[in-house]
Amino acid sequence: MASVTSNPSSTGPLASRPSGSLTLRIEPPRTWFELRLQELWKYRELLLFFIWRDVKVRYKQTAIGVSWVIVQPLLTMLVATLFFGRLAKLPSQGLPYSVFCFAALVPWTYFSTALVLATNVVVENQRVITKVYFPRLILPVSASLSGLVDFGIGFVVLLIFTFAHGIRPAWTLALLPLFLLLAVFTVLGVGLWLSALNALYRDVKYLTPFIVQFWTLASPVYYSSSMVPERYRWLYGLNPMAGVIDGFRWALTGTGQAPTSTLLASSLIVCIVLFSGLLFFNYMEGSIADRV
Amino acid sequence: MTTAVIEAHGISKRYERGAISSSGLLRDTLARTLRAPWTLFQRQKPDTFWALNDVSLQVGEGEVLGLIGRNGSGKTTLLKILSRITRPTSGWAEIHGRVGSLLEVGTGFHPELTGRENAYLSGAILGMSRKEITRKFDEIVAFAELEKFVDTPVKHYSSGMYVRLAFAVAAHLEPEILLVDEVLAVGDVKFQRKCLGKMGDVARAGRTIILVSHQLNQIRRLCNRTVWVDSGEVRQTGPTAEVVSAYETAMTAPERGSASSSAQDKTHFLSWRILEPAGDSPHRLDSVGPVSVAFRLQVSAPIRHGHQGIALFDSERRLMWAFANDDLTLDTGIHDLIYKFPFLPLCPKSYNWQLSLWNEKENVDLWEAIPELQVASPNYQHALDEWNGFLNLPSEFRISSEKG
Repeated sequence: MASVTSNPSSTGPLASRPSGSLTLRIEPPRTWFELRLQELWKYRELLLFFIWRDVKVRYKQTAIGVSWVIVQPLLTMLVATLFFGRLAKLPSQGLPYSVFCFAALVPWTYFSTALVLATNVVVENQRVITKVYFPRLILPVSASLSGLVDFGIGFVVLLIFTFAHGIRPAWTLALLPLFLLLAVFTVLGVGLWLSALNALYRDVKYLTPFIVQFWTLASPVYYSSSMVPERYRWLYGLNPMAGVIDGFRWALTGTGQAPTSTLLASSLIVCIVLFSGLLFFNYMEGSIADRV
Repeated sequence: MTTAVIEAHGISKRYERGAISSSGLLRDTLARTLRAPWTLFQRQKPDTFWALNDVSLQVGEGEVLGLIGRNGSGKTTLLKILSRITRPTSGWAEIHGRVGSLLEVGTGFHPELTGRENAYLSGAILGMSRKEITRKFDEIVAFAELEKFVDTPVKHYSSGMYVRLAFAVAAHLEPEILLVDEVLAVGDVKFQRKCLGKMGDVARAGRTIILVSHQLNQIRRLCNRTVWVDSGEVRQTGPTAEVVSAYETAMTAPERGSASSSAQDKTHFLSWRILEPAGDSPHRLDSVGPVSVAFRLQVSAPIRHGHQGIALFDSERRLMWAFANDDLTLDTGIHDLIYKFPFLPLCPKSYNWQLSLWNEKENVDLWEAIPELQVASPNYQHALDEWNGFLNLPSEFRISSEKG
């Protein structure tokens, strides 16, 4: 990381005068902490364009097109139900194993695809980055959000699926957006770190599939987090996706207990990752065009 | 000069060589850290270079500023700093107004998307709002002459169509300040001229432009003032004609000058000049003839049965005329090859000579003569541009009538 810290050219403000006159001041970066979130707002239309492009391009020239969104988690669920549900007889919190698993796979699919997208988004937009200015933060943000379209489709299927299994949504469903938000922030926080690092070290691109694989095992996708001993539960909750998936499942089916302790740990860790990710990405932003 | 809209002061930019040449592997950093952990906290050894060194400039409102210099001289870096793509290592700049930058044609194009979709996407990336693009969409498509293909994915476009659409989008960008890098050197000649026309309109509309180009005649045509950047420093600033000709002279001198020792022993063309009519500049022609032109040639090994070719191209690289003289005998020494034209009806713009010399079948020298030939003779053609042809022929007109 020596080369990262020794490079002074990175972020900084382009403070515009408070008056209406458009004046840009271009300066060398000075401090670490220069978040320009209001600039992100100014560029919101471009953000929407990036999301639109991602969604539009994703399933071009595929035979079954957007159906992939459903086919992927559905097949995974079938295979998992066969092996983990029927053969290994993993406990599923009193739910049919297929519902138990599918309810986790929908947010998990969003998380894993969006994380890979976000990791590569800076490198993949290298040409644009080196040719035109816009707040680079738009890129990981757009990557984290564009997966939500797929998620929406998957979620509708999931709702139908649970309903067909005779599970009626409870009041807890109203809390579901919260868990989704937590998932988005997790993707964004980790994605900020990985995408900036990926611009420096292409190794990250090869590392990400492994990270996702390990992360699947460390999350309650196929097994219930109740299998984790009570005294280690808080440690388990340091994986923010544990909180997301448990919460998601609980909100959707209304069965079991609210995963309060896991959720608190998860939220805390997401805040830290997101905040540090923003700082790191911002620090890298100024020199990303020179390094990517 | 009116009020400055761009003011840059002491801009410097340092690059780490490794940082731009390769993306650096984690392995290398890890290995170094393991071998010598203290380097993690040390400044890296200075494997750096200064792409820009203390560059200051001011651009007034409505000014069209040319930026010239050799490859790697720092022109593009300067443009990238002003357009905020990268940040300076030291120094500062202030820009008053909306900035648009055009460093590439087709920024943000995606092959899978249609022409229409790409126009929106690229427009948004270049800084247009969706409303603005919608308003100008028909104009953009008409400019690109792609009415029939707007809903075809651009991956099915020919390269010409692609470039036309890309430029059409860019040309409709309406920032107060436009930073342009060499993008006009694209497309077929006819479209290129259309783009130049559009650029001219933009300039006349009072917008401020900084234009980087290697095509000096383009700079001459569009820019009032020019900055010559050399090895990251401003070498000269001033009226375009002055700076461009100083640049041309400097570019010719080291490679072609007789002082250069490495080229001393090679047979090659040294320079050219107009002998007749004698004017202020030996490279500017202000009449249609008679004209004689001398090409100075240094011969270091005798030539027997040589051929010598000459060609004249216009600024759009169309061949105007070519000729060859055969069976030449040239002894060692300096020779002037003199071509005399009773009449040279060229339109007022710039042209390029190309000279070649062959010994039997072997090419001895091929020279794109520098500087260009500037033709400044009176225009004897139609008053409307679209009726201007290749020849600048003076004509006499009379009416001879017979009694009916």
